[in-house]
Amino acid sequence: MKMSQSPWMLHYDGSSCNGCDIEVLASTTPVYDLERFGIINTGDPKHADIFLITGGINYQNRSVVQQLYSQMPDPKVVVAVGICACDGGIFKDCYNILGGVDKVIPVDVYVPGCAARPESIIDGVVRALDLLEIKRDRMRRGLSPEEQGWAIANINEGRTGKAVRKRDESVSGGNKA
Amino acid sequence: MADNSIKKISIVPFGPQHPVLPEPIHLDLVLQDEKVIDALPSIGFVHRGLEKLVEKRDFQDFVLVAERTCGICSFGHGLGYVEAVEKIMHLETTPRTKYLRTMWAELGRMHNHLMWLGLLADAFGFESLFMETWRLREKVLDLLELTTGGRVIFSVNKVGGLRKDVTKGMLDTIMAGMTVLTKECRVATDTFLGDRDVQSRMRGVGRLSPERAEELGCCGPFLRASGVRRDLRLLGYEAYGELQFEPIVSFDGDCYARCEVRIKELYQSMDLVRQCIEKMPDGPIEVPVKGNPNGEYMARIEQPRGEALYYVKANGTKFLTRYRNRTPTYSNIPGLVETIKGAELADVAMMILTIDPCISCTER
Repeated sequence: MKMSQSPWMLHYDGSSCNGCDIEVLASTTPVYDLERFGIINTGDPKHADIFLITGGINYQNRSVVQQLYSQMPDPKVVVAVGICACDGGIFKDCYNILGGVDKVIPVDVYVPGCAARPESIIDGVVRALDLLEIKRDRMRRGLSPEEQGWAIANINEGRTGKAVRKRDESVSGGNKA
Repeated sequence: MADNSIKKISIVPFGPQHPVLPEPIHLDLVLQDEKVIDALPSIGFVHRGLEKLVEKRDFQDFVLVAERTCGICSFGHGLGYVEAVEKIMHLETTPRTKYLRTMWAELGRMHNHLMWLGLLADAFGFESLFMETWRLREKVLDLLELTTGGRVIFSVNKVGGLRKDVTKGMLDTIMAGMTVLTKECRVATDTFLGDRDVQSRMRGVGRLSPERAEELGCCGPFLRASGVRRDLRLLGYEAYGELQFEPIVSFDGDCYARCEVRIKELYQSMDLVRQCIEKMPDGPIEVPVKGNPNGEYMARIEQPRGEALYYVKANGTKFLTRYRNRTPTYSNIPGLVETIKGAELADVAMMILTIDPCISCTER
C-alpha cells in the first residue's frame, strides 16, 4: 500500500496576506478538487503527512511553525506555497519578516506565485507525494528520512536564533523504521 | 443545575492553529464547566509591518503593497489607498474609472460573502453546503480573472486610474454571470435561511444589542445585524452616489441575523454590479499624474467586512511619511469578546466566524 495514495495535509498560515490561504482552501473544493488524490485537510499535526505553509516567517510565529513541524510524524514533506513562503516576497523588507519558511524548517517543494494559483498548488502537492514515497523508502532502509540533516538551534535565544543546516545525517533524528 | 455541580474554572487555549480557522488567532477562553465566562484575545501571529514599507517603496508602487494587506479584501485595500493619495494630489478620476472600481469592489464583496458562507457551513459541520458555496464563489472569481487577470490579487488600481480597461464583451459576460449566479445562489442561501438544522445552530446564539454594538465600535455586517443602519457606501465615494441601494439591516443581533445580512448583501451586490454595467460610461481610464503628493488625508471605505480607514501623510517627495490602516476586524474584536461571554464552548468557533475575522488585515 502506497502512503502517497492517502496522505493527510496540514495547513498553517505563516504571515501570508490570505491570498494563498484562500487558494489552498479553494484547491480542496469542487472546481479543483485536491481531495481526488486521497488528500484530507486535517487540523491535527499528529495526523498529517504534508505540511502546507503559506506566508513568510516572523518573530511571533517562528516557534509555532517549528512546533507544528516537530509534532508531525516521519516521513513528512513541507510545501512552501506562494512567494512569501519561498523567500519573503513583497514583505521581505519588512522589519518583522525573517524570510522564507526554509529559515526555520526544511522545505521540500517551493510553489511560487503571488498569489499561487490552485493549479500550481496542486502541482506542488503532487510532487510532494513522490518525495513522501522516497522518504518512506529511505526510512525502510534504515536511513533518516531527510537526505540532509537539519538541526534547529537557538530557538529560544531571542531574535538572533536561526536554524542551521548541518551535513551530518544523524542529527535529524528521524525514526529508524 | 443543582448547587452541587462542579464549578471549576479552567482556561482553554483556542488557536493559533485551529481547524475552523484558516488563519491564526489566539484566544484564551476562561471556562466555568462548559460555559465561557471570559475570552482574552492575543494577536500578532501574522504581523508583517507593511505600513513601514511606505518608507522604502514610492507612492506609485505602494498600491501593490497596500493591496496585499489581505488577499480577500485586496481590491478594497488598493482602492482605499489610491483614493487617499488621489485626494491629496487633487486628482479627479474619470467616470469610467469610478464605475469600474465600484463594479470590482462589489464583485469582491460577492466573493468574500460566498467564502464566508462556506466557512460558516464548515464551522457547523455542513460539508456539502460548504462545497456548494465555494463552487459558486469560483464563478465570481472567474469573472474577476476575466477582467483583471488575477483571482485574488488584482493589481488593477493605480494612482490616477486603472491599469486595465474592460471590453464590451467582458461586461456582457459579467451580466450573464450575474443572472446565472442569482439563480444558483438561491438554492444555497435558502438552505442557510430555511433549514431547520442550520437555524438551530444560529438562532439566538451570540446576541449583541444595538447599544452595545455601537458602544464597542463594531462595524460592517456585524453592526448592521444588530439593527444599526451604518454603511459607508452611503457617503457616495466612487460611483456609489449615483447608484440605487439601501443598506441591509437586521434587528435580532444573533448569528442568524449576521448570516441573513450577508446573504441579502450578496444579492444587493449583484444588483449593484448590474447597475454599474448598465450605466457604464465610455472614455479614458486614467488621468495624468504629475509631481509628488504633499499633505495628508484620511479615506474611509466600506469593505466587505466593514468600515476601513486609510490615513496617508505625504511630504512632497516620492516616499510617503506615514500610511495607517485601521481594518474592520480590529474594531469588531471587542464586540466578539462580548458575544462569546456566556456562550457554550462548542459555539465559540462559529461565533468567531460570524464577525468574519480577517487576521491578516488586522495584524498587517
